[in-house]
Amino acid sequence: MSPLLDVSNMRVRYRTAGRLASVVKRMDDPFIDAVCDVSFSLEAGQTLGLVGESGSGKSTIARALLGLKDIAEGSVRFDGRDLRSLDARSFNAVRRDMAMMWQDPVGSLSPRLTIKSLVTEPFRIHGREGRDLDEEAARLLTMVGLAPDFGARYPHQLSGGQARRVGVARALALDPKLVVADEPTAGLDVSVQAEVLNLLSDLQKRLGIAILVITHNLNVVRHITDRMAIMYLGRFVEQGPTQAIFDQPRHPYTEALLSANPEPDPDAAKARVELSGEVPSLRDRPRGCEFHTRCPHARDLCRTVAPTVTKDAAAHTFTCHFPLLPPQPSPR
Amino acid sequence: MSLAPTTSSSPKSGRPSSWRSGWRRLAADRLGFFGFVLVALFIVAAILAPWIAPYSPTQIMVGPRLAPPSWEHWLGTDQIGRDLLSRVLLGGRVALTVAFATIAAALTIGFALGLAAGFGPAWLDNILVLLFDAVRSFPTIVFGLAVVTLLGPGLSTVVLVVSVTSIPIYARIVRTQTQALRHADYVDAERAMGAGIFRILFVHILPNVVGPLVVLASMDVPLVIATEAGLSFLGLGVRPPMASWGTILNDGYTFIRNSPWPVIAGSIPIVLVTLGFTFFGEALRDIFDPRLRRDV
Repeated sequence: MSPLLDVSNMRVRYRTAGRLASVVKRMDDPFIDAVCDVSFSLEAGQTLGLVGESGSGKSTIARALLGLKDIAEGSVRFDGRDLRSLDARSFNAVRRDMAMMWQDPVGSLSPRLTIKSLVTEPFRIHGREGRDLDEEAARLLTMVGLAPDFGARYPHQLSGGQARRVGVARALALDPKLVVADEPTAGLDVSVQAEVLNLLSDLQKRLGIAILVITHNLNVVRHITDRMAIMYLGRFVEQGPTQAIFDQPRHPYTEALLSANPEPDPDAAKARVELSGEVPSLRDRPRGCEFHTRCPHARDLCRTVAPTVTKDAAAHTFTCHFPLLPPQPSPR
Repeated sequence: MSLAPTTSSSPKSGRPSSWRSGWRRLAADRLGFFGFVLVALFIVAAILAPWIAPYSPTQIMVGPRLAPPSWEHWLGTDQIGRDLLSRVLLGGRVALTVAFATIAAALTIGFALGLAAGFGPAWLDNILVLLFDAVRSFPTIVFGLAVVTLLGPGLSTVVLVVSVTSIPIYARIVRTQTQALRHADYVDAERAMGAGIFRILFVHILPNVVGPLVVLASMDVPLVIATEAGLSFLGLGVRPPMASWGTILNDGYTFIRNSPWPVIAGSIPIVLVTLGFTFFGEALRDIFDPRLRRDV
């Protein structure tokens, strides 16, 4: 069976200068690639985590999947349909099956609508089909652990955690097949983070939805994702089963990223890999391997030739000339 | 700002939870309430003018010429013996008609153009903004003179001139607000759910634009009334013998050496209505958004 979501070689570009300005300034390329040559797939009931620094293109992938941003190249198949070939009307029909949880829980709720109107908004958009909206609102709010009388409130009267739950309720209103969660734990304190994550995985087990989690919180990734992908400058540098990557990252960037994550055990021996320098500009991508400017293991080859994607067992892929070694069986 | 502090506005609540709380806040704002009373009096007086005016506003020689205020003529009489109180009351009717007709027209058209400029494509925005700037660069009076030579003086000319010059004011506010909101997270969220453009505009953007607009409209009333008075003063507005505050001032101005009373009678209502709508508008603004009060 083909996966629910299958993205291959997706490229998303942003225009950096207007049509007129790009002619006047004689720019031959007024675009930057925010997402570049990205491929992944996601099965129903599975969770994929996208990890990377700010500006690495994580949210752009989400926006492109939801049709908020045009895809310049590549193909996106969702539930058997090629999203890029759909017209606006058919795309809207697909939107029933994919929902988004936004990074800003309060800011993504229309401020003058009551919570009840907000969680039932998807029915108003896609047709209520004889449903009683009061009942639906109560059902959805109960499902995410809020009392039904929250329906009468306005977004600014909610705490961050409550607004997040409303976001979950709205995302699940139409029983979508895919939920894209952009930083589902941003701005929440740790106990509420845990509640929201548990809520998500419970609902996933019950409803069998696929979840694409976008975060820079590695603990979130470790706890709820089956697979993860690490992004740098709009590309996937490494992708694979979450546990395999945490056990032995193959790409130096992943290693540095993972080693920056605090360990709860202060005695755990851990070599910290620190990167120097800044993330290069998307406008001026480095030649060769794009990570060579910051890579502790960079050699001459890295500065001139871009590495290709290597695949090892269990669909663990990485883009590096000199990948870190897989764990050797200890001689003992 | 010189307003008396309101009592029930917690800094967090961004909008009135109901009409009742809005009304409570207005009642607590003494200056705003005073403004509201003036506005209400003005509207009631203008509507009831033909019935409460003691004399006919156009009948000459109902008393002596240029008489000072007396029990028979509360505001005195003008140069041909017409009762000034009656003329002021009927002139209020003209002012109210012009104010409401103008603002209704400017608000509606300005709203539509502002939404189009703020939400539409960039080229449309550029064209509309150019248009707004072109209209705003014309002094109202000069534009009025031009239109009057084309269409002739009269009430409808005044309404036309003032609405056309007010449209850009409303359109700009709506445009700015819409632009700020078109990339708000919740608008993206609606788009991602598949909401159509009209649903986004009318359910999600419009309610957030209306507040500032109502405030602007109420503060705009005195401006429109003053412009009407100005145009009538110059002889471009309502034609004699019809009464307007501007024509009363104009007539009185000629005879100011003989008697100050016509000028006083013509200017008092302009001052009061201006004050009333300004205070009321400021109070409305605070009710719609209590957070603004600290920024002013």
